[in-house]
Amino acid sequence: MNILSAKNIVKRYAAHTALDDVSIEIPRESIFGLLGPNGAGKTSLIRIINQITGPDSGELLFEGEKLTQKHVEQIGYLPEERGLYKKMGVGEQALYLAQLKGMSSAEAKKKLKYWFEKFEISEWWNKKVEELSKGMQQKVQFIVTVMHEPKLLILDEPFSGFDPINANIIKNEILHLKKQGSTILFSTHNMGSVEELCDNIALINKSKKILDGSVREIKKQHKTNTFELEFTGNMMGFTNAMWTGAELLEHTTDGEHNKARVRLLGKTTANELLQAIITVAEIQSFREIVPSMNDIFIKVVGDESVLGTQSNFTE
Amino acid sequence: MNKILLIIKREYLSRVKKKSFIIMTILGPVLMAGIMIVPIWLSMQKAETQKIEVIDDSGLFHNLIPEKEIIHFDYPPVTLDEATAHLYDTEYDGILWIPKNIFQDGKVVKIFYKKQLGIGTEEYIGTTIGKMMYDVILAKNKVDLNVIKDAETNSQFNVITEKLEATGKSKKTNTGLYMAIGLAGGVLIYIFIFLYGVQVMRGVMEEKTSRIVEVILSSVKPFQLMMGKIIGVALVGLTQFLLWVILTTTLYSVATVTILKDIDIKQIQKKEQTIKVGADLKYTDMKKIEKPNAVTEIWNDFKSVDMITIFFSFLFYFLAGYLMYSALFAAVGSAVDSEADTQQFMMPITIPLILSFVVAQTIIQNPESPMAFWFSIIPLTSPIVMMVRLPFGVPAWELALSMSLLVLGFVFTTWLAARIYRTGILMYGKKVSWRELGKWLFYKG
Repeated sequence: MNILSAKNIVKRYAAHTALDDVSIEIPRESIFGLLGPNGAGKTSLIRIINQITGPDSGELLFEGEKLTQKHVEQIGYLPEERGLYKKMGVGEQALYLAQLKGMSSAEAKKKLKYWFEKFEISEWWNKKVEELSKGMQQKVQFIVTVMHEPKLLILDEPFSGFDPINANIIKNEILHLKKQGSTILFSTHNMGSVEELCDNIALINKSKKILDGSVREIKKQHKTNTFELEFTGNMMGFTNAMWTGAELLEHTTDGEHNKARVRLLGKTTANELLQAIITVAEIQSFREIVPSMNDIFIKVVGDESVLGTQSNFTE
Repeated sequence: MNKILLIIKREYLSRVKKKSFIIMTILGPVLMAGIMIVPIWLSMQKAETQKIEVIDDSGLFHNLIPEKEIIHFDYPPVTLDEATAHLYDTEYDGILWIPKNIFQDGKVVKIFYKKQLGIGTEEYIGTTIGKMMYDVILAKNKVDLNVIKDAETNSQFNVITEKLEATGKSKKTNTGLYMAIGLAGGVLIYIFIFLYGVQVMRGVMEEKTSRIVEVILSSVKPFQLMMGKIIGVALVGLTQFLLWVILTTTLYSVATVTILKDIDIKQIQKKEQTIKVGADLKYTDMKKIEKPNAVTEIWNDFKSVDMITIFFSFLFYFLAGYLMYSALFAAVGSAVDSEADTQQFMMPITIPLILSFVVAQTIIQNPESPMAFWFSIIPLTSPIVMMVRLPFGVPAWELALSMSLLVLGFVFTTWLAARIYRTGILMYGKKVSWRELGKWLFYKG
């Protein structure tokens, strides 16, 4: 069963439609990437899932049940626009936010102690937030998001504001949480982290969902049957051998050493191609060119033409 | 509901623990008690007695100038030249010289002094000699001084006002006292609404600009956050008010038993009166005039005011007025990104507040005019204007109408504010126009 299903969500602001019939399904114990250019409607969708705003129409189910206010305790949310009370003590503040998420004071203290020790920030407990550096504040913010052990963790651009070392700590923490049974929904522009972390994605552009599915599946769909070969041998013989099975996209020759990029045509398989050319050339490497999520993102969004609709809301 | 309590608790504690709150709470009563105590304390201070030698060349005043507690007159048989030459050899602080022909020579008396005698002494001598000359002139013209004095005292009378009810009963009233009570209540409400309304606005802006608001809103509803803040701040205001009352009373009582130990305030006033009255008449040897004690009189008038109704109405208007306005302040705070942008939205909130304050000063002259009626019924102005009218007596139905409309007004502004708030609080980096605010009202939650 999916931990969260959003069905046909529509959200309008006066003249502007933020979400137009968007549906997503987030499987349990997975990492789900919500992608899209600025102003596409990602934050609007995230706010609706967090019940900060409500949809104009559509339905939200949490573990098959209609999403209501009681579910907020099972959701942890790290907004993109984030911050803490500057004049309030770190510990006191974390405790307050934990209690707002429904934890008892004693339970929250215990959990916070664990996390503060884990992140080696115990000595900051009594400090005011304004005394901490931005990176330190982000750590506290992350703890506040996860301390109540939510089933669903929603992270909006989680790596912005972290230096590479801390970003790595957070990344490992996300993977660890997944292993422990949490489901993570995260929105990002960083396609590298998508490839590294996400199991499934949905791509939103101009208020509409234009692509979704598992990362592996999407990559497969967007494969262009392109291969890169390095070989020694006669280039002429190589093209002849391919015949109608494949077309040569580009090649470089360095004496005997050749590098060629070819696309398979018709029903030709990689094995057939190899069989054909193995007789005329000595192959050093053969690999399939798989599109990166970045390429797919640019291609799909680019096909949708103009990038970036205007929005009143920050992404 | 539990979460609203958590929010109220945070809003309350974070403010009450602030240094500025503690300083204000202590400083307020110290100032208040100071204002009450210092004049009394000053009046108790015995100034040094001033000894003045009188050189009376006119011969009219010999041994006659009435003395005051701290002014002592001697009439040594010396001439002015001798006296001025030897002033520094004597213990006298100054010389009062009355010329031979006091009615001519520019009508002057002269004071020579070593050290400044002070305006009080100079005035005393001037008016006393003047009064004595007045009598002298009357006596010269064969006028009976007793007739004059009698006329003076007997012609003084007080205006006593009584309200005549339709039932035929009448009630003694004291317009001055009512004005004082009404204005004091109105001013307190005005200050409270402004001071704490702005605190609500700042709090909302703090949450918005620090961006914590989205984290909190993932746990509670915007309405809960807004109401939690409004109620939390209200409690802070009540705490401060209560502490001020308690501390002021304590300080004042402590001061009365320590610094002002043996002084009974009534006695001070009485003593001053006898001195004055006695001084006026001493040399003409007249009967004393006893004035009724002013303090007891005011207390009697207090009884004519329905203090219990006023007290509870005050609490009601104090709270309901604050709740109504602070919701609007919260809405303003949510719509802007910085304090500088608040101006345009603050205007319509402050105008009815300031208007009711200005109107109150006219209404106090005529508390039963149609203007007074309407302003005390309309919710935006009623908290201050009704408070001003109350001591003069307001028909029960008017009070009930005003109160119910205020509750409705409070419900309405809260509803309105909540709709602006929930949208505004998540809107960053955009200058908001009035039109925009209007649109927010119709967004779906």
